[in-house]
Amino acid sequence: MSLVADLKKKFGDKILAEKLDVIDPWIEVSVEGLCEVATYLKDEPSLAFDMLNCITAVDYCEPDPKKAKKVDWEPHLEVVYHLSSTTRKHTLVLKLMLPRWKNDQEGELPEVSTVSGIWSTADWHEREVYDLSGVHFVGHPNLRRILCPEDWVGYPLRKDYEMPLDYHGIRGR
Amino acid sequence: MADNLNSLFSASAGHWLGFIITALIHIFLLINVVAVGALLFIWMERKVSGRIQDRLGPTRVGGRFGWLQTLADGLKLITKEDLIPGAADSLLFRMAPYLSFAASFTAFLALPFAAGWVGREINTSVFFILAILGLEVFGVILAGYASGSKWSLFGGMREAAQVVSYEVPLGLCVIIPVMICGTMNLVTIGEMQRGTVNNWLIFHDPFTFFAFWVYFTCAMASVNRAPFDLAEAESELVAGFHTEYSGLRWSIFFMAEYGSMFVVSALAVILFFGGWNGPIPIFAGLAYEAGETAFSWGGYFANLAGCLNFLLKTVIGVTVMMWVRWTLPRLRIDQVITMCWKYCVPISAACFVGVLVWQTLALPTAADLDRITIRENWVLVAFEEPEVNNPADPEVETTVPETNEAESGEAAESASAVESSTTQPVANVAEDGQVAIEAKRQSGGRQ
Amino acid sequence: MATQVDDKIVEFDVRTDEMLVNMGPQHPSTHGVLRLVLRTDGEIVSEVTPHIGYLHRCAEKIGENVTPRQWIPYTDRMDYLAAMNMNLGWAMCVEKLLDHQLSEKAKHLRVIISELGRIASHLVGMGTYGLDLGTFSPFLYAFREREKILDLFEDVCGARLTYSYITPGGCTADLPDGWLENCEQFLQQLEPVISEYHTLLTTNAIFIKRTCGIGLLTPEMALDYGCTGPVLRGSGVDYDLRRDGEERYTEMYDGYAFEVIVQKDGNYPRDHDYPSVPVDAVLGDCWHRFYVRMLEVMQAIDLVRQAMDRYRSAEGDWGIPIKLTQKLPKGEVYLETEAPKGQMGFYLVSDGSPIPWRVRARSSSFSNLSVTHELCRGIPIADVPAVVGSLDVVMGEIDR
Repeated sequence: MSLVADLKKKFGDKILAEKLDVIDPWIEVSVEGLCEVATYLKDEPSLAFDMLNCITAVDYCEPDPKKAKKVDWEPHLEVVYHLSSTTRKHTLVLKLMLPRWKNDQEGELPEVSTVSGIWSTADWHEREVYDLSGVHFVGHPNLRRILCPEDWVGYPLRKDYEMPLDYHGIRGR
Repeated sequence: MADNLNSLFSASAGHWLGFIITALIHIFLLINVVAVGALLFIWMERKVSGRIQDRLGPTRVGGRFGWLQTLADGLKLITKEDLIPGAADSLLFRMAPYLSFAASFTAFLALPFAAGWVGREINTSVFFILAILGLEVFGVILAGYASGSKWSLFGGMREAAQVVSYEVPLGLCVIIPVMICGTMNLVTIGEMQRGTVNNWLIFHDPFTFFAFWVYFTCAMASVNRAPFDLAEAESELVAGFHTEYSGLRWSIFFMAEYGSMFVVSALAVILFFGGWNGPIPIFAGLAYEAGETAFSWGGYFANLAGCLNFLLKTVIGVTVMMWVRWTLPRLRIDQVITMCWKYCVPISAACFVGVLVWQTLALPTAADLDRITIRENWVLVAFEEPEVNNPADPEVETTVPETNEAESGEAAESASAVESSTTQPVANVAEDGQVAIEAKRQSGGRQ
Repeated sequence: MATQVDDKIVEFDVRTDEMLVNMGPQHPSTHGVLRLVLRTDGEIVSEVTPHIGYLHRCAEKIGENVTPRQWIPYTDRMDYLAAMNMNLGWAMCVEKLLDHQLSEKAKHLRVIISELGRIASHLVGMGTYGLDLGTFSPFLYAFREREKILDLFEDVCGARLTYSYITPGGCTADLPDGWLENCEQFLQQLEPVISEYHTLLTTNAIFIKRTCGIGLLTPEMALDYGCTGPVLRGSGVDYDLRRDGEERYTEMYDGYAFEVIVQKDGNYPRDHDYPSVPVDAVLGDCWHRFYVRMLEVMQAIDLVRQAMDRYRSAEGDWGIPIKLTQKLPKGEVYLETEAPKGQMGFYLVSDGSPIPWRVRARSSSFSNLSVTHELCRGIPIADVPAVVGSLDVVMGEIDR
């Protein structure tokens, strides 16, 4: 895929990895290089990724000791950006690999710079990722919980999330 | 009636007793008209809207057609908790629906249902009804203000802006029939439209025809019916001024709304559609003569027929309002106000001026057709005696409304120069109605 | 745009206090449990903040604990007005992971069903939009026709709202005998009714006054906010996944006479039966979004007809669903389909077990709604329902 070569040439070590032999090929971008790459992808006329379809965070947690042998990943958090172009009619998947917690201290959210200045869709999508998966988007104009109540504790889509026993007197479990 | 009762009581008590009993009887009758009318109209609205929307509407309560549905709902509403929000101004909150209802109800007092069938015959009844109906807005504003809810406040403010604006074109349109008839007394205005359908003021001249439609639009706006129901616009303001109301108070607002609908529709009927006079005067022979006071069964029967006639026309008016409501989307508040000041006011003002000119020039009116068809020989008389210099044509004298006289007299002076030269050719086609009107004008010129 | 409206409607001569008003979550015209916090200055709204999440049912979390087929009923409850299209989106996403190929017959069956779902959804969108503008009758006329579609769906799968009919691998059942005739009969009587809707709403003078030039969404803003579906096409962006989407999805529509409903050179395709665009309408306003939906209904009728013809003559089975506990290959897929309200995307990450590791639903209404605060700046309160209604959002899909 020439795009990967182009990007690698242009951004060098900001493109960390790529996987092209899967159903939806993806490119891994470094956390520092995200904004730069994203701006290029949107503004370059031959690419013109004018639409950000979706931002997802996938939590690869510490595996259960019993299943640990089957699992082939190191614990980490992936943020996945699905991009598409309405003019060029092509799509792209960008990935970021983050530690599950910042500095491996539980409760400290991993940080990514926001792309809401590039695609406004990211505003709400990043809020949702923050709300449910616990990723802090640095520079986001309004990073509040969106689906859960504002005083909710925890990040429900983390794999090790446990439903609180009590929320304002409502039984959780 | 008060006189009769007074003579009855004069021996034992003062005159006031008779007056009070008379008043109570009148009020009892009227409150029944308003309450039962509202019940019926709400039921009708449900049936009409149901049929418009491919539904059946109520079908069960009361045996057939669900005709008691409103009563059942009313009973349910009475049993509901009387809820006053904590943030509300309790006294004003409770007062508001009654104020609205009182205003709507008082208007019925001056509304004639047939010749002489009126709670209180007031010489300025047109003015009275408009003034009292205008007070209804106070109830709504109070409700909006006292509810302690922002939505209610919006509703109240909209209502204030809208109703105050629409009073202007409404008043202008109402003045037009008043000007033609030369009186503000609704009974007299109704009586003046006696006879066949062409005597109805809506057909008087083109301007009255337009004036009616402007009146009807403004009337819908001033009683808050869709597409002008901004005060309670449910898609924007939840329920507008009555958001916080429930139970009986809420239903009293509805009684007031339907009462006002009836009044404005009835006013339209009296001012433009001949009041209690049918399109063809079937019972004309039975009816009371003007000024006749003695009771007669024939007169009573004619009045009864007139009353039914009047109610039928009014109900048709109300039905049209319902039809409009269930068809059109709602306007926006700025569009409603724009429509009032940019369209309704100029059009009604133009109609007013137009009718004024029409009256001044004594141009032919639809009512003149009467004279032609019924008194054909009159035209022949005019033809056969062209030389006769009648100081006043007696027949024209009795039939033309009073206000016409002076103006037609003025017109006569200007027309006198061409008097005898043009009468001759007209006579050749005297059977033709159009030419006959011409002949009548000539005869007017000979005065 | 804000300044233009300000000039037109209100000239501020006195500085007045601003007022915060909660529109919703219990409000007649917020389409469910959307809450809009309006900052108003008299009748003019200076700022709108949407608050969502009142209908959050943890669908994605549940998806990590059930197999793909078991998750189908949860997709029903996303856009519950077009549940068939939600089923389709998820089913195709799973099939993409499994690399499951459908027979021709099954593909045509899916076109029939999903286009009928589109008609049903747009009918509700149209009816409730009338309701937002204060006219009640078109709402019931729309529901009357929708009932007939629900009857057809009931014959197919036994349910009237949450069908769970299209499943990974195909559908749960074939069409019953005589169904195609019933469907054809329905389409025949629907067509003239659509013209009635145009009379009642599209060309109604008050409707035009209330929608033209209101809620102007420029194509750039639409793309920026990820608006899709009729909202995007109402702004004049020529993009429809049925034509431009992934091959797995577009091949369903291969060979169909199909034109994307978007204004080109001032004209819409398929608008020959209808009066032309009113002079006040600006591309990207509420009227255009509404009109695109109305035309898509006509287009969907046409597509269902074509699909029925093909279905009759097509070879193969109607698609046997995968096993309830089918093992998923390791990998991750993302697939978007053109649902009535926009592009509905599903993202599935599998670790090789029958239960997905991660499930994500990219909701079209979610992105469409996120543009509200831009559209509702400086407009009168009465236009807020008009704008939100024209986006045609369903809260079940936004909150998931």
